[in-house]
Amino acid sequence: MKKHSVSQIIDGLLPVFATLAALVVGAVMLLILGKNPITAYGALIEGAFGSFNSLAETAAKAVPLLLVGLGICISFRGSVTNIGGEGQMVIGAILGTVVGLNLSGRPSWLVVPLALLTGFGGGAVWGAIPGALKAYFNVNEILSTVMMNAIAVQIMNYLLRGPLIDPAQAQLASKIPQTAPLDVAFRLPRLVPTRLHLGALIAIILAIAVYILLWRTTLGYRIRAVGQNLDASRYGGIRVRQTVVMALLLSGAFSGLAGVIQVYGLNYRMITDGSATGFTGSAGFNGIVAALFGQLHPIGTIPASFFFAALLVGANKLQRVMQVPSPFITGLNGLVVVFVVSSDIWRRRRQRKRQIEATQTAGSELSLTAEPGV
Amino acid sequence: MGDILTASFLIGILAGGIRLATPYLYAALGETLGQRSGVLNLGVEGQMLMGAFFAFYVTLQTGNLWLGVLAAMAVGALMGLAMAFVTVNLQAVQGISGIGFYLFGLGMSTLLFQMLVGTVETVSGFPPVRIPVLGEIPVVGEIFFRQNILVYIAFALVPIAHFVLMKTTLGLKIRAVGENPAAADSLGVSVSRVRYITVTLGGILSGVAGASMSIALLNVFQQNMTSGLGFIAVALVYFGGWRPFGVLLGALLFSMVNALQLRLQVEGISIPSDLMVMMPYILTIVALVLTTQRVRSPSALTKPFERRA
Repeated sequence: MKKHSVSQIIDGLLPVFATLAALVVGAVMLLILGKNPITAYGALIEGAFGSFNSLAETAAKAVPLLLVGLGICISFRGSVTNIGGEGQMVIGAILGTVVGLNLSGRPSWLVVPLALLTGFGGGAVWGAIPGALKAYFNVNEILSTVMMNAIAVQIMNYLLRGPLIDPAQAQLASKIPQTAPLDVAFRLPRLVPTRLHLGALIAIILAIAVYILLWRTTLGYRIRAVGQNLDASRYGGIRVRQTVVMALLLSGAFSGLAGVIQVYGLNYRMITDGSATGFTGSAGFNGIVAALFGQLHPIGTIPASFFFAALLVGANKLQRVMQVPSPFITGLNGLVVVFVVSSDIWRRRRQRKRQIEATQTAGSELSLTAEPGV
Repeated sequence: MGDILTASFLIGILAGGIRLATPYLYAALGETLGQRSGVLNLGVEGQMLMGAFFAFYVTLQTGNLWLGVLAAMAVGALMGLAMAFVTVNLQAVQGISGIGFYLFGLGMSTLLFQMLVGTVETVSGFPPVRIPVLGEIPVVGEIFFRQNILVYIAFALVPIAHFVLMKTTLGLKIRAVGENPAAADSLGVSVSRVRYITVTLGGILSGVAGASMSIALLNVFQQNMTSGLGFIAVALVYFGGWRPFGVLLGALLFSMVNALQLRLQVEGISIPSDLMVMMPYILTIVALVLTTQRVRSPSALTKPFERRA
């Protein structure tokens, strides 16, 4: 039993090793760029963990990763590959922001929950569309969610440059694509005097909720059953199509919430830079990695998100200190994704080995008990 | 508005459509090979961006366009090899590792551009080559036979890819590995080797797809200049039913829509450009709905293969 848990800890650390390996490759890249990688990564660690403030910053950065990651836990457990977190975040944020802008001056206890729910719902719709396309038209969800991302980004760029642009920006030549600011009263309260906001608490509570959903409810059971064996589930009377739609719908909803919380907790308005990941900062993709870090377990995704956020916050510091252009971070981020996904093979191998060992021990015990009777 | 349907307007769109089909064709034909062997490479966009940058940079430095193409092929091959290693040896989830390669290519191509070039520069790209006789035919000549060399090669690759896939031993192996790797393996076909070949070839072609944008179509490099084209190319493979000629049809449909959209913008039709850019993606989803009903994907697509002892 003890050996088993040690083995599981090693499994849990695999993504960490994978990340370190990616950072080594990143160090080589830094060397080629003529920068000292040791100073660079020193800045990274200091930026992520160096002070109370940077720790809080890391935690704040972890919030969208955790929320998206929770959605990913749901969909991937159902064997539905949702790569649409980016678009779902954007749609959730747009709708939630529109609510806040239109209900300016109304009491915040009414507006903020309403906005969060709207964001949740918006993401749900944006996830349900590829879900329905997969369930009823057999459209590959990887492709459709990627397309839905692009569509969402274009809608955002159109709205933030046009109908929703901050009236102050519309006057200026710069025309930064951003909305007017939300009422000060609508801002999510801060947990400590840093940028860490209530969203962190919401995300952790929801992680527990997703755990309950997946392992203590019928819907969760259905999703996991469909994920493990589609044919058997169908044979067992599970409505597979509805389950697939629900898995993507819920997955999208969590990403939508991540988007709206980004607005109400951090930026206090919706803002982008015109690029594909301008609003999300790739959180819709990185949430997938965080969930894989956490082995698709909602509770495991909590520390995984924090760890991954530390990497991102630290990387920002690295970029500022070393004056490496910011695309370096995007590239490094990509490497980490590749390395983490690749490292999963060792976890699977070890898991299989444990299973074989378990059946062997069970088998020998069986033969021992059986022998006297023969 | 009245002269919108004149002959020259239509010829302009059709000729533009043929030209714009080029990057789709290279990328989607390469992806077809990979998917036929069971590997979904979602990193095409990243490979294209790297190809586009290296082609542009090498051409800028040497003034030799073919060296530029060669550089794009080399970097595409490297990224293809990396993708093959990750999907074949490490059996990583294909969709997500592809996203990783996309982010890598997006970041690195921008970084290298900022550090090595910095400002907006242009190169003189591949010039149009007027094919003797054929190029003189009215209308048809203007549309088809006054294009640059990379356009001709792209279209020539369609029958070549078809021939390789359908009529050669390698093609048979590719299809076998994509349909039933265990059976192919038991007949002595090396599943990993075939997948290495297809994914690397796919990378090379994606690199050329990028080059066709930066040194033939637009003659500049910009951050994220492919803007989703690589992802659409992946979808085109589904749309084309995993057949080169089907892919050609899809590529033409998309490029014609693109050419029309660009032309309408030039004509000053007032539709916000952000919404116009959205059209190809919506079209992709509609196309997927219409096509995936009738064609079956390769059985082993996205499934890693492991020999059972």
